[in-house]
Amino acid sequence: MNVKENIKTIIVKKPLKLDCGETISDYPLAYETYGKLNDKKDNAILTFHALTGDQFVSGINPITKKPGWWSHAVGPSKAIDTNKFFVICANVIGGCMGSFGPGSINPKTNKEFGIDFPVITINDMVNAQYNLLEFFKIDKLYSVTGGSMGGMQALQFVANFPEKTKTAIPIACTASHSAQNIAFNELGRQSIMADANWKNGNYSYLNSSPDKGLAVARMAAHITYLSKKGLQEKFGRKLQEKDDLNFSFDADFQIESYLRYQGSIFVDRFDANSYLYITRAMDYFDLVKQYKGNLTKAFEKSKTKFFIISFTSDWLYPTTENKEIVIALNASGAEVGFIEITSDKGHDSFLLDVPDFLKAVKNFLEANY
Amino acid sequence: MKKEFQIISDLIENNTRVLDVGCGDGTLMKYLKDKKNVDTRGLEISKDKVQMCVSKGLAVIEGNAEKDLKQFPNSSFNYAVLSQTLQAFYDPEKVIDDLLKVADKAIVTIPNFGFWKVRLDLLIKGTMPVTKNLPDEWYNTPNLHMCTLKDFFNFCSKKKIKLFKSLALHNEKTMEINSFNLNLKNLSSELGIFLLEK
Repeated sequence: MNVKENIKTIIVKKPLKLDCGETISDYPLAYETYGKLNDKKDNAILTFHALTGDQFVSGINPITKKPGWWSHAVGPSKAIDTNKFFVICANVIGGCMGSFGPGSINPKTNKEFGIDFPVITINDMVNAQYNLLEFFKIDKLYSVTGGSMGGMQALQFVANFPEKTKTAIPIACTASHSAQNIAFNELGRQSIMADANWKNGNYSYLNSSPDKGLAVARMAAHITYLSKKGLQEKFGRKLQEKDDLNFSFDADFQIESYLRYQGSIFVDRFDANSYLYITRAMDYFDLVKQYKGNLTKAFEKSKTKFFIISFTSDWLYPTTENKEIVIALNASGAEVGFIEITSDKGHDSFLLDVPDFLKAVKNFLEANY
Repeated sequence: MKKEFQIISDLIENNTRVLDVGCGDGTLMKYLKDKKNVDTRGLEISKDKVQMCVSKGLAVIEGNAEKDLKQFPNSSFNYAVLSQTLQAFYDPEKVIDDLLKVADKAIVTIPNFGFWKVRLDLLIKGTMPVTKNLPDEWYNTPNLHMCTLKDFFNFCSKKKIKLFKSLALHNEKTMEINSFNLNLKNLSSELGIFLLEK
């Protein structure tokens, strides 16, 4: 990654004891904001990004020059209307967009941490981001939201800070990472570590880069974000710029070409070690276990109003897992709404222009403000 | 707001917790929340109607009463409301049972299949009745288990379900139903509204 001049960063002085036992302090937390914080400071929405997201939610990402990951949802008059709300998003710790991560310099060795970086959890990420409330002098957020790993952070946030947000919208997520999800993440990690250029995580120092491994990890993960129907409709068996099969291992099919492209552009914007750390954090996420087998206990102290959203074709974080959260919230007497949005775009639906989804988010936020 | 909802609302005490099963567009929930300071939750099968409820700021869960009622803890509500949907369930007996588990009291309204116009339709025309409260044809009706007010009255006594209040509604007028006027009300009313407790 290049020098990141356009990145806003706070240095968190307060020590943070991580779940792994280590304590970190004086670490950078990169963030971005959209809209204006009002005088009462009651219009802030803390948005959490997913595995490969970053703090650049909307507009053009100044580093990648591509639209922000939630450009469909966040902006003036959009579902999360920045004319009304002040949207904050931070790069998670362990990430590679300016926050403390495996690419940060280890003061003890004067080179990148690599895999000497402590293993972090969703809980650690949320506790680190909580410092932004103090930084902006916000006593209580209006909402916390995010999809996928962002949804897990939203759940963890309410569990950790039950008084600190009026509403929460966890989207397409789970309270406990499933075996299938751990399996896919392990596939990605093994792909990176099998690349000879990974060099036990010291690739930056040794001027190498496990691009092939990271690209394959992304290709595999990308398939899990789509649905079978969506893939079939978009690509079918269409051939890539040719009339017939090549009888070779070139990318004959459009789907092959598409995945190779997705893998190749991903390595330009993402760090392989961060991919290892963040997928690990997701795998370790088990809010049920944190509350000794009773998810209801995670929310029993909270008056937060919840709105849970899932998608029909999402097989990575299916409706059944989202409904587990709804059931636990109901058992705690919490105010909770739930809708399953019809979409054939798979897990990726939360990032795309799915009108019913965006309408639900907008209506919820505006009706309760 | 329709008369039926006004009567239901009158049966519900202020500052209570209410689950509206099949809450539709949330009209009754919104009224209870605004006018009676009731803490409301809704369960609704239609995605479009859930969206309408969300836009009114109501806490509604998309779901099916036959599958999703059991997700609520026992006695977690003071009242469960079921408006004109009992006849559409595969297992109405089970639904009544579940309602009385999640709530201390249930308010159930029944379109009366014993209403004279309904009886006359079948008697004179010899075709399945189509009325204001039963607007569908036999081939597209969602109703699987139609009953009369008398049927429901008898069902409650057979199942030892206490009927706190039994009201008959016709032309915006309500009358109390008791064992003496049951046969008459069963003939003259379009809708029955029952407040039950296990």
